Amino acid sequence: MEPIRTHKGVVTPLNRANVDTDQIIPKQFLKRIERQGFGQFLFYHWRFDDDGIPRKDFVLNEDKYENSTILVAGDNFGCGSSREHAPWSLEDYGFKVIIAPSFADIFYNNCVKNGILPVELKEDEVETLLKKGAEQIYSITVDLENQSVRDDQGFEASFSIPGYHKEMLLNGWDDISITLTLEEKITQFEQGA
Amino acid sequence: MAQPKTIVEKIWEQHQVHQEEGKPDLLYIDLHLIHEVTSPQAFEGLRMKGRTVRRPDRTFATMDHNVPTINQLVVNDPISKKQMETLKSNCDEFGIPLADITHPDQGIVHVIGPELGLTQPGKTIVCGDSHTSTHGAFGALAFGIGTSEVEHVLATQTLWQAPPKTLNVKVNGKLGTGVTAKDLILAIIGKYGVRFGTGYVIEYTGAAIRNLTMEERMTVCNMSIEAGARAGLITPDDTTFDYLRDRRHAPKGADFDRAVEEWRALATDEGAEYDATVEINADQVEPQVTWGTNPGMCIPISANVPDPASKEKPGEKDEISRALDYMGLEANQPISSVSVEHVFIGSCTNSRLGDLRKAAGVVRGKKVNPNVTALVVPGSKTVKAEAEKEGLDVIFKQAGFQWREAGCSMCLAMNDDVIPPGERCASTSNRNFEGRQGNGARTHLVSPEMAAAAAVEGRFVDVRTFTAQPVQS
Repeated sequence: MEPIRTHKGVVTPLNRANVDTDQIIPKQFLKRIERQGFGQFLFYHWRFDDDGIPRKDFVLNEDKYENSTILVAGDNFGCGSSREHAPWSLEDYGFKVIIAPSFADIFYNNCVKNGILPVELKEDEVETLLKKGAEQIYSITVDLENQSVRDDQGFEASFSIPGYHKEMLLNGWDDISITLTLEEKITQFEQGA
Repeated sequence: MAQPKTIVEKIWEQHQVHQEEGKPDLLYIDLHLIHEVTSPQAFEGLRMKGRTVRRPDRTFATMDHNVPTINQLVVNDPISKKQMETLKSNCDEFGIPLADITHPDQGIVHVIGPELGLTQPGKTIVCGDSHTSTHGAFGALAFGIGTSEVEHVLATQTLWQAPPKTLNVKVNGKLGTGVTAKDLILAIIGKYGVRFGTGYVIEYTGAAIRNLTMEERMTVCNMSIEAGARAGLITPDDTTFDYLRDRRHAPKGADFDRAVEEWRALATDEGAEYDATVEINADQVEPQVTWGTNPGMCIPISANVPDPASKEKPGEKDEISRALDYMGLEANQPISSVSVEHVFIGSCTNSRLGDLRKAAGVVRGKKVNPNVTALVVPGSKTVKAEAEKEGLDVIFKQAGFQWREAGCSMCLAMNDDVIPPGERCASTSNRNFEGRQGNGARTHLVSPEMAAAAAVEGRFVDVRTFTAQPVQS
């Protein structure tokens, strides 16, 4: 997993609440046994019509968001199914940071495990980002170390993140190797149980 | 006297392997259920790092998401087939017990865990599936995880977890005749929304919950995730113990009695505090139907579809408009005026014997409306066999239902059971998201009884008035 410290990128505004993981990656694409290659299926039915032609009215298909790496969305992002294919597809598509007023629990964890930084901002702050992102090619800087989001037009916001998640993302850690250093304690627990 | 504790706190404390300042707790996992869709990348991860499965004896696998329900041995989709073969070879390689497609125990993972007695009070249970919350019906702490966490549990039999907040959902009173556990959980989500449980473990309490059978409790806990809660549970009682007695993996004889003593001690102590509490009165719950594209968008059968114009917040207006547009409904339309082309009775929410009995009771001697294609998909091979012993299959088939093999089927349409674009389904499953049952498909979540009644009438109808009608020839 690649560490993430500070990330500057263009915002894609997805102004919808309760975006569920069935929309992020529809079920017909869950049959692969690999982790890679899911980006092409991201938001599939929102992005493409029944003939596979990109829908002009969907935000990801607009030219100005072509190289975007930061997705900004409404409340309760990633609700529903536990499918990790959702963060895999976001990551493979090129998103490094997702900003929303709130995230579903399982999705949030799945992001952290895949080096995607989920940022919770206040509703009015997210609205500002959505608005600016819709009006222009809008770059912001997300600083994990200092837990802040800023642009060069005076916007500044801070966010909180559990310390352990922050450490994992800053260092790009594989938490299984950390847990295995505690193997003796796991064995002791099993013997006591 | 010791500090009073909730059942969640008790189970948590019994499973803490390691605690450290500034970190989540390392929690021991008693039972890890796996299936074909969310496990292949986890096994691949183990192989890449030269790791192994720590406790294959605490791991149990089945095939459910992809499996065909007409002839289970004919998998037409080569990618689904490969996924199922991959699960088999992974289980062979790591020595994990597997109820594969040919095995008499095969079924939906959340149906067979309880059925086999693998699910027990006080256990920590995880699975790469968000409906793992189902097992909370037994007083287990059970929650869905992602594939990286599946890999973590395979390698270490533990997970890093921050202690959850607790939410008491207290259900007073008694459910009326014809009103089911499904209506109750839909009404709760309809009232409080799809994110009120985020960050919490729900404990369902109150008289109405105590009166539910184990199968009904499973329906309630199953949909905790639709309220945003990763887990939802119910303190175990005699109903729980009676269900578990003599199950294959449950303790036997004196061991069972000792276990019951321990299980009773899990009950939330008098005076224990929750982080939040909500109350609902079961007497006021009516049969529910969802009208929109998330489970919180639901109304009683007597109500009309909402009007976006009546909402003040622009976000809410847009959300309702978009949902009505997707669902092909008009604002203020009575939900009972909506006709359906498909009926699906199945899924980890409502595919157990009790669900099938109740649905069969509604359709007995009646015929499925000629405009409706209706499917019954039992939750497991065991459920199917038991239902056939009782002749439920005959009742369904005579009414014009298709009687299928066990699997997840049309709940998420990963196999061939797909609703065509623009068509409408009364479904006993748990999610009415856009495209859930097929691209462009329109899903309405209901109870098994309401689904059965919709199959006969070809539209939504209040099952309470419906069953009172004389049997039609």
